[in-house]
Amino acid sequence: MNEKRPVHPYIPNSVPETRAEMLARIGISDVDELYHDIPEVLRLRRPLDLPERLASEVELTRHIVDILSKNTTCDEFLSFLGAGCYHHHVPAVCHEINRRSEFLTAYAGEPYDDHGRFQALFEYQSMMGELLDMDVVNVPTYDGLQAAATAVRMAVRITDRRRILVASTIRPDTLSKMRDYCGPTLPIETVPAVTTTGGIDLAALDAALSPDVAAVYFENPSFLGTLEAGVQTIADRAHAAGALCVVGVDPISLGVIAPPASYGADIACGDIQSLGVSMQYGGGHAGFIATRDEEGYVREFPSRLFGLTPTSVPGEYGFGDVAYERTSFARREEGTEFVGTASALWGITAAVYLALMGPQGMRELGEGILQRACYAMARLDEIDGVTAPLFDAPHFGEFTVGFDGTEQSVAEIHDALLRERIFGGVDLSATHPHLGASALYCVTERHTKADLDHLVDAVRRAVR
Amino acid sequence: MIDPNAHAGTCARIGLIVNPIAGIGGRVGLKGSDGEEIQRRALELGARPRALDRAGEALERLRPIADRIELVTCPADMGESVATRCGIPSRSIRILDTVGRGSTTAEDTKTAARDMLQAGVDLLLFVGGDGTARDIYDAVGEHQVVLGIPAGVKIHSGVYAIGPSTAGDLATTFLTGTRKDTRESEVLDADEDSIRRGVICTRLYGVLRVPDDVHRLQGAKAVRRGGAAAAMAIAERVVDEMDDDALYIVGPGTTTRAVFERLGLDKTLLGVDVLRAKASVASDAGETRLLALLADNPPARILVAPIGGQGYLFGRGNQQISPAVLRRVGWKNVTILATPEKLNRLTTRPLLVDTGDSATDRSLAGHVRVVCGADDVRIVRVAAVCDMNRESEGAGIR
Amino acid sequence: MENITAKRYEGRAPKLRRFHQARWDEPMIFELGHPGERGILPPTVEDAIRDVAGDVIGALPETLRRADPPALPEIAQPQVVRHYMRLSQENLGFDLNVDIGQGTCTMKYSPKLNEQLAAMPKLTAVHPLQPEETAQGILEVFYRFERILCEISGMDRFSLQPGAGSAAIYGAASIIRAYHADRGKAEQRREIITTIFSHPSDAACAKAAGFDVITLYPDEDGYPDYDALRAAVSERTAGLMVANPEDTGIYNPRIAEWVRAVHEAGGLCFYDQANANGILGITRARDAGFALCHFNLHKTFSTPHGCGGPGAGALGVAEFLAPYLPTPIIAFDGAQYLLDDDRPRSIGKLRAFYGVAGAVLKAYAWVMSLGAEGLLEVSRTAVLNNNYLLELIRGIPGIGAPYAAGRHRIEQVRYSLQALCAETGVSSEDIGLRSADYGVHYWTSHHPFVVPEPCTLEPTESFCKTDLDEYAAILRQVADEARTDPGLVKTAPHNSTVHRADPEPLDDPAQWAITWRAYLKKRGASPQAT
Repeated sequence: MNEKRPVHPYIPNSVPETRAEMLARIGISDVDELYHDIPEVLRLRRPLDLPERLASEVELTRHIVDILSKNTTCDEFLSFLGAGCYHHHVPAVCHEINRRSEFLTAYAGEPYDDHGRFQALFEYQSMMGELLDMDVVNVPTYDGLQAAATAVRMAVRITDRRRILVASTIRPDTLSKMRDYCGPTLPIETVPAVTTTGGIDLAALDAALSPDVAAVYFENPSFLGTLEAGVQTIADRAHAAGALCVVGVDPISLGVIAPPASYGADIACGDIQSLGVSMQYGGGHAGFIATRDEEGYVREFPSRLFGLTPTSVPGEYGFGDVAYERTSFARREEGTEFVGTASALWGITAAVYLALMGPQGMRELGEGILQRACYAMARLDEIDGVTAPLFDAPHFGEFTVGFDGTEQSVAEIHDALLRERIFGGVDLSATHPHLGASALYCVTERHTKADLDHLVDAVRRAVR
Repeated sequence: MIDPNAHAGTCARIGLIVNPIAGIGGRVGLKGSDGEEIQRRALELGARPRALDRAGEALERLRPIADRIELVTCPADMGESVATRCGIPSRSIRILDTVGRGSTTAEDTKTAARDMLQAGVDLLLFVGGDGTARDIYDAVGEHQVVLGIPAGVKIHSGVYAIGPSTAGDLATTFLTGTRKDTRESEVLDADEDSIRRGVICTRLYGVLRVPDDVHRLQGAKAVRRGGAAAAMAIAERVVDEMDDDALYIVGPGTTTRAVFERLGLDKTLLGVDVLRAKASVASDAGETRLLALLADNPPARILVAPIGGQGYLFGRGNQQISPAVLRRVGWKNVTILATPEKLNRLTTRPLLVDTGDSATDRSLAGHVRVVCGADDVRIVRVAAVCDMNRESEGAGIR
Repeated sequence: MENITAKRYEGRAPKLRRFHQARWDEPMIFELGHPGERGILPPTVEDAIRDVAGDVIGALPETLRRADPPALPEIAQPQVVRHYMRLSQENLGFDLNVDIGQGTCTMKYSPKLNEQLAAMPKLTAVHPLQPEETAQGILEVFYRFERILCEISGMDRFSLQPGAGSAAIYGAASIIRAYHADRGKAEQRREIITTIFSHPSDAACAKAAGFDVITLYPDEDGYPDYDALRAAVSERTAGLMVANPEDTGIYNPRIAEWVRAVHEAGGLCFYDQANANGILGITRARDAGFALCHFNLHKTFSTPHGCGGPGAGALGVAEFLAPYLPTPIIAFDGAQYLLDDDRPRSIGKLRAFYGVAGAVLKAYAWVMSLGAEGLLEVSRTAVLNNNYLLELIRGIPGIGAPYAAGRHRIEQVRYSLQALCAETGVSSEDIGLRSADYGVHYWTSHHPFVVPEPCTLEPTESFCKTDLDEYAAILRQVADEARTDPGLVKTAPHNSTVHRADPEPLDDPAQWAITWRAYLKKRGASPQAT
């Protein structure tokens, strides 16, 4: 403490002369006087016990790089991991725009000084609207889990009913989130799947539907990769019972797969990480919720909704918050659920992604993923003891592979793959025991034929 | 209403009443302008009537729609003198002949307002202060949408725009817009003699219907969904929790009135009404009646809302709920209702009680729960007036 | 040579800058591009794959096949870049303006080095479900940062899973709910107490978790009212969720008594530390008795705000509440870092995976660059800056700082422009918008506006004295304009990207347009239609 420490680059007013001027202006002699409302007994009169500081960029960089070098990346290894986080290509332009500090360091300015952010997010809402074929899309929430949990609570409010039915094949983390977020007063029941197709068991759904069901929620594709062939029927049955149909989707599939609105979904939700956001160890997520443009639906969104409006200059595009009074910002606990900082920058990134891709790009990408997944499944299925896919259903990019016909456990097989610098799919043996020894494999547009052949060869070597 | 897409044909009809002496005291340092004595002294001191100028400023803002307005107004300085200010063609201006030329009394204001209501105006603009607002209320009650153009000194009633040109803008928006939302705004009875003596004393006089635009109305806070929705949310919660065995003594105001509205019952705005088992038992009851109803000690509750700008809980317009009544019912059976807007207007000042008996006042002082919405409960302080050593207007701003 | 510089000064004081924001009058992206243009090409599929796969789209059931292509724009890459670059120019980030006006947001410098470190593939290209042994680096960062937060707050455990502040607040409410439910008190303990000057999320998240909310008003001096708390506490109290200092910048000197009162009644106390920037190394949540607390990494810990996220929330608890933390938690067995999801009493998932890893890394790097001494310097400087600015602003006629007369504030102040407003008819909102004409802005307050005509300013440690002087000079200038030329202020901004917007359509279901397609439907099918 005695040595004269250099002024920290991030704290300009710690220069002693400046401090003295400012103290004089306030009329005090020490900064400590400013804390006079904090009782002495609550004052920490010792330094925090923290690691030694690394004040120069050289030292800090070295430290961080050393730690992170202990990670292996999906560029170094060949990865087939999915299950809610996807290794799609991040276009250079997406990277460029989301590191622009005008966007990166902005926050909650007005639709004048921050007009750019409002327009960028309005365009995000709009492009998602086209992808989803719906007229209302929110400013992003935290992630797909939150989007799904809020979507079913919206259904509860809209229908004024309490029960929620979900397919058993939804993402386990989404179910966990829903159970916590819906709380003890809103019962959530799972509807079993047909063992062969992985689709919702319609007879079980019929048995479960009743006049107190607010929503039927399923994912398309499901967590296990299957596309739901009975989508129209499910929506019809839900509506006949007076419930809403809520569907979770991966937006990157919607260039080729029908959007939920086309088969009767009332609320669509999901995660936009696939649209130009890097994986970041699960830190790149943002959730969307979309509905029809009806007052009863709009009023139940907790998120901000940016809207277009004229300004005092004819022809000028202005923006603002739609129905702001419904939010907790305006009415605290009388508002709808709650809203706060979430994932807006990923919304802007997704907008850039969709603008680059256009309708052609989305179709080509979607078709390409379908083709590669198809190829991978066909070749894996050729291996003795391996079944791919496990379900007799259409798939998009993910599929479940069964290893019951082999002598190894999935863990052993994946260890072998690891030694060949391959991350196999997510092991489902513990979380989905009814599927036996199985794993969820994910194929994206980044996989080449050589990659897929390499996987097949490695699996063949790994199993007996 | 005006259809902004139509070129001709649909017109809006507005009424204009100017109280030409309103605000005359202000510039020369006199508070208010009621009473001939004050007015005479003000004119002696060199004050000139500003009300007409204010009316002109407001009308000027209607110029863009001048060709689609019909104006009904009073002769000479009660309106006619400024009627053409915004370019309304003379053929669209009608001067009432029921008001005498050169006459400018309160009675004239009321006559004019009643005539305009009869003639069917979409919006009644008036220039004045609290006194004029009371006259308008006497004449048209809640049957007419009105808007005040301020010209008085301090205005307590919430029916005025924040300024003359804002009033004009608000009128234009209201007449041409697709939203026709109105809100109930309080008309207060401000005792100007007391004010001149430095004691602010307001009580609820009535309620007028004004266009719902919180940003442009005086005294309103930035809550866009109008007071009516908030009051109804409170009323729904109160009705849901009602005990059918209990007697409910309900004080004056619009928030408490909403409880009766929720039950499909009428309530006096300024009086204390009683209900039990969701049916009306007494209307505008005095202390004697209330004590009679409480004579055989039934379970009882009191529902009150703070009244007026100063947040009086007891003592301004609900003296019927006397110390004796309060003792009978018990302080813990008093439920306070207030919209968040009302509470926030107090900033950090407490609610006040002035029942006339300081012992009762002190027993009511402390912290209380206030029902502010369907799920919104807030805790505020209640203070006895005798313990308040100053009437503060601001929130201690330095 | 002419003395250009001299013209920039009035005596020794710099003149206000002649700012004008970029105004591109940029069309909507849907109005750009032409059919057939491409912004990026996906990788082609090899013939061998196509041969095996066949007609994949035709093979889909009809109900699952997308019938019509989405009406996305068709734009070439340079035009996409230009469009978004223009929009970025029409945005003021912290990096561009003296961003003192976003009170409660704790706008501070997000070090560029940390951005670059977080952009390394060694973080961005790591999948959360990789075997733990291949993610030891990022797991170590999480673990170390959790330990750092424990030391700063006094808490025993942290979860970095919440997506941001409100998510952490909700997590705390969920833990409180679970705690009482485990004790069979769920029906009894239904009330959460908060204050009107705590963030709206303290009330809203409690409500979202199923509680009834009691909101306390402060006393006449604007301090949290202890007597009000005593009136609110009962056997129905589940907990207390408050910010301290509150959004007015006032610290509750009786905070420890508040906690005791709630504990005596059987409730738990959560400390909303969104406003922690002024108290790092000065006082700790656990020392005041709180069993739960949170931090916003995108506020106090410098990670960028991203136009509204991604940020990150950190949720801290005392040991006895650790079993309830969201799952999985990051553990260390002496040799390896592990993800432990064997947490039977956990509230479950708050967020996907483990947290906003990029933000965690940036926050960790920031703390490491400062050390204990640096963090203390951060807080002391933030508080000095705030009180210095208070002196300057108080000197502007018509602007005052209500409450806490004669006392100092911590890291922010909520001012009131009520006097100026009454004098000129110009509102606080108007003043804020006119400030944009000088390259700054400010935020008024959360609703409700308890402080009339509010303005909340928070000068963090990132600002130099000249920045503070400039900001105060701008506010003084605009206050003058309110007196001399109110019309100019009421119609501001004039030098910004766009002009005053019409608020009416935003609240009217018949007119609101949340997407371009909705706008087109409500206004006629083609852009040329009126």
